[in-house]
Amino acid sequence: MSSMEISNLTKEKLKNMIAEGKRFDSRGLLDLRDVEISYGVSKKAEGSARVKIGKTEVVVGVKLQTGEPYPDSPDKGNLMASGDLLPLASPRFESGPPGFNAIELPRLIDRAIRASGMIDFSKLVIKKGELVWTVIIDIYPINDDGNLIDAASMGAVAALKQTVFPETDKDGKINYEKRTSKKLPLSKEISPISFSFFKLGDSIILDPTREEEEACDARITFGISKWNGQYMLNSCQKKGEAPLTQEDVAKMMDIIPKKFEELIKKLETFIS
Amino acid sequence: MTTKTTKKESKRPDGRKPEEMRKMTAKVGVIPNADGSAMFAFGDTVAIAAVYGPRQLHPQHLQDPAKGILRCVYDLLSFSVYDRKRPGPSRRSNEISKVTQWSLSPAVDLVAFPNTVVDVQIYILQADAGTRTAGINAASMALAHAGIPMKDLICSVAVGKNDKTLIVDLTKEEEDFESGEGATDFAIAKLANHDEFSLLQFDGKIQPELVKEAMELGVKACKEIYEVQKKALKEIVEDSKSGARKK
Repeated sequence: MSSMEISNLTKEKLKNMIAEGKRFDSRGLLDLRDVEISYGVSKKAEGSARVKIGKTEVVVGVKLQTGEPYPDSPDKGNLMASGDLLPLASPRFESGPPGFNAIELPRLIDRAIRASGMIDFSKLVIKKGELVWTVIIDIYPINDDGNLIDAASMGAVAALKQTVFPETDKDGKINYEKRTSKKLPLSKEISPISFSFFKLGDSIILDPTREEEEACDARITFGISKWNGQYMLNSCQKKGEAPLTQEDVAKMMDIIPKKFEELIKKLETFIS
Repeated sequence: MTTKTTKKESKRPDGRKPEEMRKMTAKVGVIPNADGSAMFAFGDTVAIAAVYGPRQLHPQHLQDPAKGILRCVYDLLSFSVYDRKRPGPSRRSNEISKVTQWSLSPAVDLVAFPNTVVDVQIYILQADAGTRTAGINAASMALAHAGIPMKDLICSVAVGKNDKTLIVDLTKEEEDFESGEGATDFAIAKLANHDEFSLLQFDGKIQPELVKEAMELGVKACKEIYEVQKKALKEIVEDSKSGARKK
């Protein structure tokens, strides 16, 4: 990944420490930073959430719009995830057309949520073949200190669970100023959360800071949820040039369910 | 290999066994202008790849004085799918271009070519799922054909799952499978003779234990792909020896 952005000196130091199982902020290699979730980022959104992981902060908003269904799924609503890496959030982000990272972030969130079955799209139909709801998830990092994808995935789940429909009149026209008490058709059980593993040398770490992220050789992100009582992986994407071994992945498969339980317990205190 | 959860006897839409791949076709030297080129097909999915370079990289500020860089482009031809694909790069094709580059780069050594670029162009002529994996297989052969220093060939395949059954080399029909646990399409690329995975990407519903099993199936499938790639590369060498073709 972009190793030019931290000095080789820092990278070398980080590498040596992590090889000994130590980190700059004294966490263990697989320890997560404290998570904090709050709501009400914008009253104008149908749902919104703010996630803080250490110094990383991401806000996620959900807007609902109506429109035509896709021709190949006339009886299903739509999901769209987008977002931007605003220069506001880091000296490393630049204005201009979105780069790979800016495109990848919402795509990964979209894929994990879509594949998990968290949203029942068949219940987002207003008139079959003509009018359906589109759920739009917008993700904006406010301060980037690493692990944006995992933070955004928690934010998306939290915001979706808060989302309520606006009022519509009989012609289907939406009045955004008035809210109903009707929530999105979401599965109670399924909360797709991402875990991104980072490989540095032979070590694997979770929840890296920005500095650690930049020193790493590869990243692999998994979306995981619970489905019919079992752990289900919903998405996977590897990034970066360094390859992973079969044993690396096997190790991650053993770690993920444990970390998922640990994190879900924490999140339940925030997510209603 | 443990296959407690997989049902060996279950039939796939085209009658294949779970671990059986579609018929593979490979040919090297399909684009005479290119420094290296190849075609690779999984059944009805057909990919072609051309390699140009190493050549001087412009603009200059992109150059790396320590080594040459690998630059990949993947896209579908507009008529390769039933619903015409609008020509030009999309978010999907940009992402696949990037993961393709990461898939290939662990095998390629460009230290001897500072300030240069090796361009890999991959296009899908006909799509029936597995286009990125077919593209990577074609590109791997094209790089070898171009004489780029490589420590290994890259083999790529989609392993996946329909409901509870692990399957190899999914068709579009299998990718769109919806009952039970639905479809998981798990694209893998690995160095043929090394325990190094350079592409791991999926969407769907798959248990952690089955991810391990799926990787085992992928390793087996990659061995078959490797044989097909090697055979096609040997053929072009023999052709050129007999003077039938230059390069």
